[in-house]
Amino acid sequence: MGFDDLENINPKLYRKCNDREVTTEEESDDIYDEFDAREIFDLIRGINDPEHPLTLEELNVVKQNDVCVDNKNNEIKVLFTPTIPHCSMATLIGLSIRVQLLRSLPPRFKICVQIYPGTHASEEAINKQLADKERVAAALENNDLIACINDCIVVD
Amino acid sequence: MHVCVSTFACLYYSLSNVSLGVYQPCLPRLHCVCVFVTRLKKKGEMGKLDLIQTLSGHEGRVWNVCWHPQGNTLASCGEDKTIRLWFKEGSKWVNKDILTEGHQRTIREVAWSSCGNYLASASFDATTGIWDKKGGQFDCISSLEGHENEVKSVAWSKSGQLLSTCSRDKSVWIWEVIEDEYECAAVLNAHTQDVKKVVWHPHLDILASASYDNTAKLFKEDVADNDWICIATLSSHTSTVWSLAFDHSGTRLATCSDDCTVKIWQEYLSNNSEGIVTPDNNPVWKCVCTLSGYHTRAIYDISWCHKTHLLATACGDDAIRIFKEAEDSEKHTPTFILLATCANAHTQDVNAVAWNPSVPGLLASASDDGEVKLWQYEDN
Repeated sequence: MGFDDLENINPKLYRKCNDREVTTEEESDDIYDEFDAREIFDLIRGINDPEHPLTLEELNVVKQNDVCVDNKNNEIKVLFTPTIPHCSMATLIGLSIRVQLLRSLPPRFKICVQIYPGTHASEEAINKQLADKERVAAALENNDLIACINDCIVVD
Repeated sequence: MHVCVSTFACLYYSLSNVSLGVYQPCLPRLHCVCVFVTRLKKKGEMGKLDLIQTLSGHEGRVWNVCWHPQGNTLASCGEDKTIRLWFKEGSKWVNKDILTEGHQRTIREVAWSSCGNYLASASFDATTGIWDKKGGQFDCISSLEGHENEVKSVAWSKSGQLLSTCSRDKSVWIWEVIEDEYECAAVLNAHTQDVKKVVWHPHLDILASASYDNTAKLFKEDVADNDWICIATLSSHTSTVWSLAFDHSGTRLATCSDDCTVKIWQEYLSNNSEGIVTPDNNPVWKCVCTLSGYHTRAIYDISWCHKTHLLATACGDDAIRIFKEAEDSEKHTPTFILLATCANAHTQDVNAVAWNPSVPGLLASASDDGEVKLWQYEDN
């Protein structure tokens, strides 16, 4: 894709956070670890942007503070921030985050992926699509689309 | 990249077509607030659901279950592209048949014809399969094509002479059945978004549909010119209407939605004594009751038993709930009470519920956890 086709030619870059420091409690098999926001963030921060050779973390599309984990009710909520308010890739990015979490987490979790309020022109429509599990299921049976999502999710 | 963008654009409608502001996904719970009076329950207003049997076999999500009209066979379908038929042997239900090779993608719904000789299947592969048992075992005898993409629901009319299908392509199709031939009689484009479910009236050739556009609609044939027309639009839900069910008389309809509510709608014919205006002499359907505050996630299916009048709901919070109209309920402002909640009925979303047409209180459910379960409702 040439530069002329890019919607956001010169996105602002952000620093990547350091790797998580593993504590001795976490290494112990005798201690039960709950899922935490950092763990979920680590699953999605390496997802590639569909347009740029950059990760969602580097573009500040996902942030650890916008990940919410409720272990008691088995709920995980991720808010993501498209780089520009008319980003046509927003649904694809949301779908990639959702697919990565569906593949990585135990099925007991109810996963909610939404646009950070006020950061996209079609926020409500995209949120509704991402929340519709039937549409998501049908989309994931589309080989072209799943190949595209896999390209985003794959970690080099 | 260009290939995938266009693929995506056709999978998800261009955003300019999506009407904004109709729903508010960030504030869904606020719409659920409604008056519901808590009162002490009387005798017979509590019950329980006992698990009879777990039917394992499907690989992946089970989307739907449907009882044979005689109640002696259950059909189930799902992500694994198969239809499983479960028969009762002694006291146990066993999987006797697995129907494969009908569809290329997920089978979203199965429906028995009222005569019980045919089975129809709606698939994400954009086709509808028709199965019959003339050769001794169920074979797919027809594959109905026409929808542009995923077929989400299929239903036979009571007479067996009409079949209806609906799809993400926003259309509802009516097919005429003439000696094993299926001819498209109408394509209804009344909904503005994908259509999730179609259900026929229990006695008449009236069709009800539920949609992602937050409405339900009713259709019937205009005898003057053989044209199918929309005779009512039921607007009140604030998000996707996933499913709907008629009561035994066909004068009430229950709808369930992503907005976490169930709504009961009542038919008012022209010249009704309540003085409700009926434009063009078509019946008017009014929302007479909203059940809110019970479900904590999207409600994917609802079944209204024509024998016991019990309502069962399948919810994304993994629970099955049973409701019934209170005995002291008023016809035009009815009260429905929650009789039982089976929390963790499944370990994931419950996608479908179906009351057995001949055994009172026998309920089947299907879930994302890959299992079908059979339940018996008992009054306490």
